[in-house]
Amino acid sequence: MNFMQFTEEQEMLREIAYDFARNEVRPLIKAYDRRAEFPQELLPKMAALGFLGVCIPMRYGGAGMDYVSLGILCEALEWADSSVRETIAVHVGLNGLPLFQWGNEAQKQKYLVPQSRGDKIACFGLTEPGAGSDVANLSTHARRAGDRYILNGEKMWITLADVADHFLIFAKTDPAARHRGISAFIVERGFSGVTTGTIHGKMGVRASNTGWIALQDAEVPAENRLGREGEGFKIAMSALDNARYTVAAGAVGVIKACLEESVQYANQRETFGQKIGEHQLVQQMIARMAQRRDAGELLVAKAGWLKNRGIRNTRETSMAKWYCTEAALASANDAVQIHGAYGYSDEYNVERYLRNAKSAVIYEGTTQIHELVQGAYALGYRQDKPLRCELPAYDRSYWQEEGEATLE
Amino acid sequence: MNIIVCMKRTPDTATKIAVKDGQIDPACLDTWIINPYDEYAIEEALQLRDRAGEGKITLVSIGPPEAQETIRKGLAMGCDEAVHLVDDAFAGLDPLGAAKVLAAAIQKVGDFDLVYTGWKGVDEDHGQTGIYLAEFLGLPHVSMVVKIDDIGDGEARVEREVEGGHELVRTSLPAVFTAQKGENEPRYPTLRGIMGAKKKPFQTWSAADVGLDPAGLQPVQEILSVTLPPQRQAGRIVEGETVEEKARELARLLREEAKVI
Repeated sequence: MNFMQFTEEQEMLREIAYDFARNEVRPLIKAYDRRAEFPQELLPKMAALGFLGVCIPMRYGGAGMDYVSLGILCEALEWADSSVRETIAVHVGLNGLPLFQWGNEAQKQKYLVPQSRGDKIACFGLTEPGAGSDVANLSTHARRAGDRYILNGEKMWITLADVADHFLIFAKTDPAARHRGISAFIVERGFSGVTTGTIHGKMGVRASNTGWIALQDAEVPAENRLGREGEGFKIAMSALDNARYTVAAGAVGVIKACLEESVQYANQRETFGQKIGEHQLVQQMIARMAQRRDAGELLVAKAGWLKNRGIRNTRETSMAKWYCTEAALASANDAVQIHGAYGYSDEYNVERYLRNAKSAVIYEGTTQIHELVQGAYALGYRQDKPLRCELPAYDRSYWQEEGEATLE
Repeated sequence: MNIIVCMKRTPDTATKIAVKDGQIDPACLDTWIINPYDEYAIEEALQLRDRAGEGKITLVSIGPPEAQETIRKGLAMGCDEAVHLVDDAFAGLDPLGAAKVLAAAIQKVGDFDLVYTGWKGVDEDHGQTGIYLAEFLGLPHVSMVVKIDDIGDGEARVEREVEGGHELVRTSLPAVFTAQKGENEPRYPTLRGIMGAKKKPFQTWSAADVGLDPAGLQPVQEILSVTLPPQRQAGRIVEGETVEEKARELARLLREEAKVI
């Protein structure tokens, strides 16, 4: 697969990230999953290694790697467990990168720098009890009052709700308008009127923190509005272009884990006097996993390549997310089948992969939303218009320059 | 505190070794790592330098051109400079030859307080290079170091592993230490470390660069053949009428057949 030309740094990251997943995440994640508890102990380790600012320029506290590296990190982390990758998807993809893309310098200094260093954790509040796929229907509203906004509403299914220090909250500044009435706000946990809680009883990603954020007359300084009034929908969609990429890359990690563990089991377990891998129907399931892995890798690599070059990739990222998450779900389903009754018990990992994989065909655009998006592109009903602030192309020397931001 | 760490790349310890025509099949070696014992030496060196707050760590490594990536991982972990010894004459060195090359390179690097390396490579398990190296450099050698107790001007106190316990040793510096697994786990390179590794000084030296004549590097020992350990046998159930009888039979088998008691 060397035609993709990964750099030496990307290969080293892959090695480190998989080592981390193997040695730091896998040994403990099953217990956290059983207890449905967030593995807080991993955050300082991930911060120290620079994972929490992987593709953010050094001047903003990041590691200065590129967008392909973001994908590699997510693949490796989700090879161990989806919940750990979700932290990167949300903290970096849905919060750090939008701040980098849309934020002014003061906002980047104040929020992006500590987030990229991992001193602060950040999340994204778009979904509401009554607004998921139908984003324009959200009802949280923000009323301007002098030099601040007063926010009221409730956010639901928010990853890291009970963990994060900073929230990127989307609210209507013009309740009469649909998506053009949405604005984005950087909200701190300590602001008055902000409370959060955890949702219990999830089928999968049980080691991820998922919760709600309630805003009751929450006071947010006007300088904390990200972008212009009414620009929130575009900010949210561009954020999803980043996070969906991390989801797609992570799903490839799930497929790889399913394939590795299925191959190992199929070469061990015997029925009817032979290894089950020698049965053709088992081979078929294994072959399909390998096919999904290869196709998924290519889709993710293409999206990462486009991001590095600063080329709009909404279509390609949606395609990668749609394909890879469905492929991961199918692979995990087959992996359980290959493991038989053992696979159905949590003695093996594959039942966890299956429960986790189901979540990813729902969040960050359900499979059905992506099908509509892809259909609309193919039929010519949908075109991407340039954004006021595009995600900058990766420029190694700019990303690697230590700006004043990190000197202090 | 200037430290020279000799490291080499070895096959990943998870590699499934295959033997072909009495030798290790090179085709099975596809993933390479820093020799784990050298990695302990790197970790100790990093901690020593950081405690001292000054000095530098120079990696010295013999290996084919492709080994560059593995050496750079050592830089990503935090070492300051690297010297990569590449020459056709270095292919197939035995431990004696490797020590000659390393000694010549270390003398060329110069200005060091300590040479640190793993007590053995996990590839061929000789455990000789560090000892020869100390001899060629004319320096004291402390093997199986697990902990640096105290290190100061021209003197160090270190703990080394001996069968069943530890030994506290004082030595003058400079010296050559070989690392055994101690308390400190080697760190992961940080992502910033990975990105910074390519900016660090990296020199490539040939035999001529270190003033060696390839003729003097001919192996004095040769690996005649390699065999894999025998396949594990299936378990055996000890038969007997009574528990005592089974226990007696088990004890007899352990003594006479397995020869473990």
